Amino acid sequence: MALDTRDVAKIAHLARLDVKRDERDHFSAELSNILDLVEQMRCVDTTGVEPMAHPLHMAQRLRPDRVTETNEREHFQQIAPQTEDGLYLVPRVVE
Amino acid sequence: MQWEPVIGLEIHTQLATNSKIFSGASTAFGAEPNSQACAVDLGLPGVLPVLNQGAVQRAVQFGCAIAAEIAPRSVFARKNYFYPDLPKGYQISQYELPIVGRGQVEILLDDGALKTIGVTRAHLEEDAGKSLHGSFSGAGGDLTGIDLNRAGTPLLEIVSEPDLRSAEEAVAYARKIHQLVRWIGISDGNMQEGSFRVDANVSVRRPGEPFGTRAEIKNINSFRFLHKAIEFEIERQIDLLEDGGNVVQETRLYDADKDETRSMRTKEEANDYRYFPDPDLLPVELDEAFIEAATAELPELPDAMRQRFRDAYGISDYDAALLTTSRATAGYYESVVDLTGDAKLAANWMNGALAAALNKAGLEISESPVSSEQLAGLIKRIQDDTLSGKIAKQVFEAIWAGEGDADQIIEAKGLKQITDSGAIEQMIDAIIAANPQQVEQYRAGKEKVFGFFVGQVMKQSQGKANPQQVNALLKDKLKG
Repeated sequence: MALDTRDVAKIAHLARLDVKRDERDHFSAELSNILDLVEQMRCVDTTGVEPMAHPLHMAQRLRPDRVTETNEREHFQQIAPQTEDGLYLVPRVVE
Repeated sequence: MQWEPVIGLEIHTQLATNSKIFSGASTAFGAEPNSQACAVDLGLPGVLPVLNQGAVQRAVQFGCAIAAEIAPRSVFARKNYFYPDLPKGYQISQYELPIVGRGQVEILLDDGALKTIGVTRAHLEEDAGKSLHGSFSGAGGDLTGIDLNRAGTPLLEIVSEPDLRSAEEAVAYARKIHQLVRWIGISDGNMQEGSFRVDANVSVRRPGEPFGTRAEIKNINSFRFLHKAIEFEIERQIDLLEDGGNVVQETRLYDADKDETRSMRTKEEANDYRYFPDPDLLPVELDEAFIEAATAELPELPDAMRQRFRDAYGISDYDAALLTTSRATAGYYESVVDLTGDAKLAANWMNGALAAALNKAGLEISESPVSSEQLAGLIKRIQDDTLSGKIAKQVFEAIWAGEGDADQIIEAKGLKQITDSGAIEQMIDAIIAANPQQVEQYRAGKEKVFGFFVGQVMKQSQGKANPQQVNALLKDKLKG
């Protein structure tokens, strides 16, 4: 399977990555190589093998349901470009 | 030829945990903006999510309540999209391996029949923050304010099978899930605060044909709007198809002001979420012991309680359903029955006068000005003939108004029913003597005049004469 430059443009847009037009050939080749590797792996017989969700053979630890965080808004908002009335401000989004 | 609507619902219900699903920030509603948004909720670099046991327990409890299989192993996945109220650029959700598998609930239809609705699955995920489109003075022109207090609040998304065939069925199902999550205490179900939100997938088809193309109506936050939005959407699709058009698969918004659904400006890559297992979280493995511990203290479920009320107390399915709309209602009812021993009178008063008064005042049963002890006190005075039904209504209103218990009000207002035959006879004698003309008419066969005499006795006794005794004595005396 191969990805063409249109696929690259679409993936880049979904990831909000600014991939320049003249870079698309390069990326389509690299990504296609990865897919070739996947294609090779598909030749392996995986009958009876449980799909792996995580490389560690461990189960998720659970945290007790307790509030442990305090209000650090002022601290966090120091690195925000713009705030007002405790809100983070962003360019207007339209539904 | 007829069209058959096919409807499935996706219900997002916030789980009533103290802290968020992946962080130790508080989930309390109504706090100062961003005062409950910690580094994890803000998606700052280097943070890691740690799963809240309370959220997992509640999901397991819900699964148990709908007789679903609890997955021994479930996996969190990233659902990728960009929106300012989702700072990480992805929502942690579950995709291929949800925690709750297939289950079912029963809904009571208007004709009294029960219908089983399949629940496809229920999965855990995090809520997003809120965007506020106010006017902000900050530089840069048009701005949106972001409050991330809600970001990371645990949600259980409950997905139904497309088993619903009308707006009424959809509302009955949504109410059922709402009743259930509140009953088992996993969510407050507060729709105004957004704790319980419904998306409806609606399509129409000719009966027996394959499903038609569906439209999804997003974020409906009242049962009334759910009904209206689905009705509108069914009509819209039928009109479209009958005019030879096609339904487009899309997301629509319900506009309550205009009572219509309209297409959301379609994002170019809608539904291209590129799910993949979240590498920050390990698979969740639940053993029997965990599931048993989580479900050990589940209360008797509403369907079981409805059947028990019907069978043990001899009340109708309809009455039993009303009395089991919430645990508070059911508890109130059982308390009144315990105190009075009269299940039918208790049901009649609760579903009659009390329900009407609560409804009118917009109060929940837990806020009722009339306590279960007070209602039982009133019912006891009906049982021992101190009060007639009519006067009992007056006493109820006085209790509601905070004038005291039934006995205090009866005493203070002198409302005790007159059951002394001698006293009633005296009144009747006087009335008969004062109205010879009506007596003649009655004796001549004009039986309607009887009502006139009853009215006179009640007027004279200020409604306090025992009606059965008045009837019997009047009949006797008028015979002459």
